[in-house]
Amino acid sequence: MNAAQLLVGFKPTPVDLLGVNDRITRIKSRSIKSEAKLQGLQMALNMIDLTTLEGADTPNKVRQLCYKAMHPHDQMNGIPTVAAVCVFPTLVRTAKEALKGSNVKVAAVSTYFPSGQSTIEIKLRETQYAIGEGADEIDMVISRREFLQGNFEYVLDQIIQIKQLCHKNKVRLKVILETGEIGSLDEVRKASDIALLANPDFIKTSTGKIGQAANMQVTLVMLQAIWDHYQKTGVQVGMKPAGGISDAKSALHYLMIVKEVLGPEWLSNKWFRFGASRLANDVLMQLAKQESGVYQAPQYFSKD
Amino acid sequence: MEDWNLSPAPESASHIQLKKQYDLFINGTFQKPNSKKYFATINPATEEIIAEVAEANVKDVDSAMKAAAEAHKTWSKLSGAERGKYIYRIARMIQEKSREFAVIETLDGGKPIRESRDIDVPLAAAHFFYYAGWADKLDYAFPMRKPQSLGVAAQIIPWNFPLLMAAWKIAPALACGNTVVLKPAETTPLTALKLAEVIQEAGLPAGVVNIITGAGSTGAEMCAHPIPNKLAFTGSTEVGKLVYKAALNGNKKLTLELGGKAANIVFDDAAIEAAVEGIINGIYFNQGHVCCAGSRLFVQETVYDEVLAKLKKRMDMLIVGDPMDKNTDIGAINSKNQLQTIERYLKIGKEEGAEIYQPTCKLPKKGNWCPPTLFTNVAQSNRIAQEEIFGPVLAIQTFRTIEEVIDKANNTPYGLSAGVWTDKGSKIFQLTKALKAGVVWANTYNKFDPTSPFGGYKESGFGREGGIHGLEAYLKFED
Amino acid sequence: MTRLNIQKTYKLFIGGKFPRTESGRFYSINDSKGELIANMCLSSRKDFRNAVVAARKAQSGWAEKTAFNRSQILYRLAEMLETRSKSFVDEMVLLGLSKRKVEKELEKSVDCLVYYAGWCDKYTALFSSVNPTASSHFNFSVHEPTGVVAAIAPEVSPLLGLISVIAPVITGGNSVVVLASEKLATSSISFAEVVQNSDVPGGVINILTGNLAELAPHMASHMDVNAIVTARGALINGLENEIVSNVKRNYDWSKSIDIHNPYKILDTQEVKTTWHPVQTSAASGGGY
Repeated sequence: MNAAQLLVGFKPTPVDLLGVNDRITRIKSRSIKSEAKLQGLQMALNMIDLTTLEGADTPNKVRQLCYKAMHPHDQMNGIPTVAAVCVFPTLVRTAKEALKGSNVKVAAVSTYFPSGQSTIEIKLRETQYAIGEGADEIDMVISRREFLQGNFEYVLDQIIQIKQLCHKNKVRLKVILETGEIGSLDEVRKASDIALLANPDFIKTSTGKIGQAANMQVTLVMLQAIWDHYQKTGVQVGMKPAGGISDAKSALHYLMIVKEVLGPEWLSNKWFRFGASRLANDVLMQLAKQESGVYQAPQYFSKD
Repeated sequence: MEDWNLSPAPESASHIQLKKQYDLFINGTFQKPNSKKYFATINPATEEIIAEVAEANVKDVDSAMKAAAEAHKTWSKLSGAERGKYIYRIARMIQEKSREFAVIETLDGGKPIRESRDIDVPLAAAHFFYYAGWADKLDYAFPMRKPQSLGVAAQIIPWNFPLLMAAWKIAPALACGNTVVLKPAETTPLTALKLAEVIQEAGLPAGVVNIITGAGSTGAEMCAHPIPNKLAFTGSTEVGKLVYKAALNGNKKLTLELGGKAANIVFDDAAIEAAVEGIINGIYFNQGHVCCAGSRLFVQETVYDEVLAKLKKRMDMLIVGDPMDKNTDIGAINSKNQLQTIERYLKIGKEEGAEIYQPTCKLPKKGNWCPPTLFTNVAQSNRIAQEEIFGPVLAIQTFRTIEEVIDKANNTPYGLSAGVWTDKGSKIFQLTKALKAGVVWANTYNKFDPTSPFGGYKESGFGREGGIHGLEAYLKFED
Repeated sequence: MTRLNIQKTYKLFIGGKFPRTESGRFYSINDSKGELIANMCLSSRKDFRNAVVAARKAQSGWAEKTAFNRSQILYRLAEMLETRSKSFVDEMVLLGLSKRKVEKELEKSVDCLVYYAGWCDKYTALFSSVNPTASSHFNFSVHEPTGVVAAIAPEVSPLLGLISVIAPVITGGNSVVVLASEKLATSSISFAEVVQNSDVPGGVINILTGNLAELAPHMASHMDVNAIVTARGALINGLENEIVSNVKRNYDWSKSIDIHNPYKILDTQEVKTTWHPVQTSAASGGGY
């Protein structure tokens, strides 16, 4: 079906902010201790998309990041790798080579990231380029310009076209809504529902390039949309909150939201990712604390 | 796929101070009961005896009343500002000892530590804090009326929110210049007795607050006693009517906060996820031992399947068990007695042809437990849809139109609370206006605040507790 | 030959109509010389029941009228009473009351209606509250009518007494079934004619005549009566069980002499508190 057909009968689902907050307060009051904490921290680490998306990124910087991705903290045993390294298309080849032999994936941002202010032809060409360079995953942005004008068909059509290109090449697609630019939680839900109509592999909160990045409210609303989509279609879609998640405790609460809203089927890096750069070290510090019983300090953990 | 389950996270009870035996708090000291009798208070989650408390007989009631009457002479003459400072001090001391209060509340009553820690105790402290500030401002609350204290207030509170209800009763009474004789419920006396210790520590003049323990007969003696000019009762409608009679006979001012069977109404344009959370919070909060619990759910037929599916899924996430575990959502049923009542209604519901749903959950071997329960296929005429169960039991009915649901919602002798879920403003106001209930929550449920008056219509009682309207119950006027 | 004057038949006032008592019973009111003034209806339990049915039927419509509209209707009552003052004076003087006192009572009665007419659209503004909860909610408390009120007028001051129990009750949107003064009931039923000729919807004010001792147990026990107010001494002796049966609100206005008192309106009101979430950027912690 094309975008227009998919949008027939589309109805926005209302969201209540305080209801969302009530639910989050309940989940945040969960006390995640001992075994559960250890398991949660390891899951969290294994779900991280270690990200660098700077104009200043160089091949060497990316190589260092890739090493960190594969060896987060060799001083400890049993530490998993992160899920993926996320870079610009021009650095995909470097990352791919650096990660050779590991399970760590390479994700490339695409579609005129972060603004998306370009034509579909350019977006397709850029995506094709990233795939050709060896990307395993594509993180695309939706057109907020068209979304905010109510042109949902345009937004959905672009997602469908990029998705077709990705899936033809066995590449997984994440759709970034850039929730900080689209308004209230009602709009977040609406954008999620539209993106989900294309059956992407993930929906993702943010580019990390504007002030407002991921938070639990937005994540909860997007997860609820994923659940409803799953109930309707049977299609499982993953979730990636990105930006602003930097401490292990929050990461555990995010995972608890996933567990309570979607269930344990989503608790692997196939279906859940954190887009983050600083989170890994805090998770590692907590893991080290769980192992040693002693509170840790940042200087014992490598910064890449 | 690997599941991720929470590890036990028990709250520590090591720092709390509990005596083996508690006497009656009369005239500023703990006194042996004239009855010479003590009864045990039991942890409903473990069935272990926590402590013994004194049973007040008619003579004990009499000495408490006399102490209160004597204390009223000076307390009522104290300036409002000074009275207020005492009450502020109580508020602060509850905050300081909040952890101890929370743990004892949970041990004695079976409610989850999350609730006693995050709701009961902070709200109790807030209530004292709020009314402390009224003590020197009463003239502004009642223009041209010259408010004066009533005298002695006899107050009887239930077992569902022991400390919070003590705060709801004592704080406004003291702010208005009255003195108090308060009786907590016999299954949950401990936090009120801890509050007595705080009151002692706060240096309140002797006799201003007296706290006596006992069962229904002690309460009856309090109501029949000639000294109190004011009775305040929170509890069942059945007992409330007896208290009302005593108040009529003794010409005493009265507030009653009685039972409920609240309608919680979900329209098809509602934010369904929020509504589901509100339904859960409405009926499973405090094991459903809540007079304003949203025990009758009305769902518009067009969204019934969706709501029911989401509700069941959400129920499956609820953790039932050790109330001291920080992750517990539903704790122990307060008493064997109450558990039997609930189980009787579960049986009645099934016999009436309603369909029961309970998530599978591992319940501890000892203690009183009831998993979260809902009934579908319920008719308005079913007993489970009409009578107050006071447990985690939800009766679900469907409706088609606004008029129909207003009619059904009001079709009850109770009128304490109601809930409405819709995204449309004008519909909210249509409903909140038409529902005959003292508290109406729109797009939210079971929220409480010291500034917000609480109390019922019809057989749910009269008078208000909380807010500016809560003052009237503890004052007399010249007009 | 002198013309035989026409005597007035006094009946009950229920649901905007003037029915005879269903019991067919009567009692006589005589003047000081023992001459018959009127045979009044001796209301029965069933008359009371019929009046409650009428009152219940009328109540929601009355409450739903705008406060401004209720205010105008109460003022209209005052207008109608004022224009008929003279006939009320004549009627009451016949009962043996002093003319000077009766004229004063008429003035006060009209003024009482005007006073409460003014309160209709003001008392909620004065006594409601917006409550500053410590959470992100808009929370307000307003007064609403309690419903159907049974009222007992004092035995003396048959007109002013009657109006002083009716006015505060209907100002707040309740409907009322009022038992008039027994011995001086004629002007109470004449007031019903004023009510009928004003714009008060049928059933909002219902007036019965008869014996308090006979009717009180039925007033106290009726399960569809929400509140009972009396200006003729405490009603409760021996009727406690009846009053508590449906947790009836019960107020004794016998000692409350001040007829100009807005707090009387509140006696037959319930406080309703409404909560609604307020969406704020701060509440979400993230600008949402």
